[in-house]
Amino acid sequence: MAAGPEVTSDALRKEGAATPMLRVSGLAHRYGDDPGVAAAIEDVSFEIGAGELVCIVGPSGCGKSTLLRAIAGLHEPTSGDVVLHGDRVKGVPDDLAVVFQDYSRSLFPWLSVEKNVAFPLRSRVGRAERRARVAEALADVGLEGQGAKYPWQLSGGMQQRVSIARALAYRPALMLMDEPFASVDAQTRADLEDLVRRVRSEHGMTVLLVTHDIDESVYLSDRVLVLSKSPARVVRTLPVDLPAERDQITTRGSAQFVELRTEVARLLKH
Amino acid sequence: MPRWMRGLVGLVGFLALWELVSRTGLVRREFLPPPSEVGARLGELVASDAAFRADVLATLLAWLIAIGLATAIAVPVGLVLGQVEFLRRATQTLVEFLRPIPSVALIPLAVVLLGSGPSSKISLAVYASVWPILFNTVYALGEIEPQRIEAARSFGLKRMAVLRRVALPSAAPFVMTGIRLSAAIALIVVVTTELLTGGQGGGLGQFITIARSGGGAMDVVLAGALTAGIIGYVVNFGLERAQRQWLGWSEEVGR
Ligand SMILES: Nc1ncnc2c1ncn2[C@@H]1O[C@H](COP(=O)(O)OP(=O)(O)OP(=O)(O)O)[C@@H](O)[C@H]1O
Ligand SMILES: [Mg+2]
Repeated sequence: MAAGPEVTSDALRKEGAATPMLRVSGLAHRYGDDPGVAAAIEDVSFEIGAGELVCIVGPSGCGKSTLLRAIAGLHEPTSGDVVLHGDRVKGVPDDLAVVFQDYSRSLFPWLSVEKNVAFPLRSRVGRAERRARVAEALADVGLEGQGAKYPWQLSGGMQQRVSIARALAYRPALMLMDEPFASVDAQTRADLEDLVRRVRSEHGMTVLLVTHDIDESVYLSDRVLVLSKSPARVVRTLPVDLPAERDQITTRGSAQFVELRTEVARLLKH
Repeated sequence: MPRWMRGLVGLVGFLALWELVSRTGLVRREFLPPPSEVGARLGELVASDAAFRADVLATLLAWLIAIGLATAIAVPVGLVLGQVEFLRRATQTLVEFLRPIPSVALIPLAVVLLGSGPSSKISLAVYASVWPILFNTVYALGEIEPQRIEAARSFGLKRMAVLRRVALPSAAPFVMTGIRLSAAIALIVVVTTELLTGGQGGGLGQFITIARSGGGAMDVVLAGALTAGIIGYVVNFGLERAQRQWLGWSEEVGR
């Protein structure tokens, strides 16, 4: 296709939407070589545009973490493709961060909180920049002044926030988060939800976030991806056309919000 | 009662029993002199016997070199074997065959090949002390929390970087335990080799042999043995402290 000079920015944007940042097509994953073992995910397909925030909900054990691992290139899918920025994912792509569901095991116990957060930045950004980013990320998740401690000296919820801070400080183009707020109290959770929305618009991040909280999936996202029971398939992709400016109290109280959450709950019943 | 005090109680009890056994004549005193005499003799040796001090130094030096070499060999080899399953399987039988050979049985071979100088005792000590470090390193690599490796990989770290920045620190506590075990073994082998190769080469073992051949000087022999015990204790204590200081996280995490 020849792109003439008459192509408007609007048309470009449309074309941008036609070639999404992330495309998952026909993805299936089976653990081990035994074909008798049931697949963890089966034929999952969806697309995400740059800058989008998409939530994935699905029953426990349906294969959400398996899906994220495949997208992150941590394991090779049994079949299907993950295409990121137009390239097929083979191995871990650059510019991607994962907040693991098993956050405490993903931290490095021999490093202080500060050094854990700085870990992925070493040999990528200079010292001063590194220090600034670490301090900012720790402050963002409400852990200022905790940097010198070790992960095992912190509560579960605090450790979870360290792993979020580590991913934030990295400033990836694509952020994959696996139930990132599961262990924190309600108020902190609300703060972190707003943080993720703010940071992704500030840094133009694309976010794919797994949650088992239906309200959270609606509140956070531009779209909700509902997965079926194991092995996972996409039941439905639900656009969330709430205003971009969201507020924990008014947004969650709006009729539109209630309608959307009811719809997600209904889809999950399937 | 604090830990060190409990330890002291055991030690004092042991010395008291030994003193009693020897002084009551339960065991003939010239065979087993009481600890007070042995201690006094040791003090004398340390204070005024330059040859004794040189022997202790020779043993210490040989021992340190042996531990250093064993670590320098076993850790890299362990890292490779721990990572490459093919090599691990290929070498398993060889390792299982070599490991149980008592290094003392290799003394004649070592003397023929290397002479009775320090290189013999060092080589034998290295041979004996490579195994615990090697095994612990290989084992440690198999025990690394897989989620930790995944986290590092997800941030774009390649194989070598994962090895250096995650696998190595994760394995360090096990490796250090291996080094402590090896240190004890190496000391035994160094002193034994000195003792059995007799005559030349120096060292604490040779000092003991000469004292024994002098006849009846059991207090000197035991003073030599006691010295080996003290050296071993002090070094293990130091290594344990270092392990707690630098690798204390592993006790908190459980691995
Ligand atoms: N390493 C593994 N080896 C074998 N099977 C696995 C492994 N990890 C997950 N599974 C299986 O794959 C299926 C999907 O697991 P997965 O962890 O992806 O689910 P999930 O949707 O993330 O669950 P949850 O909501 O509980 O986090 C499960 O049946 C699980 O038992
Ligand atoms: Mg999961």
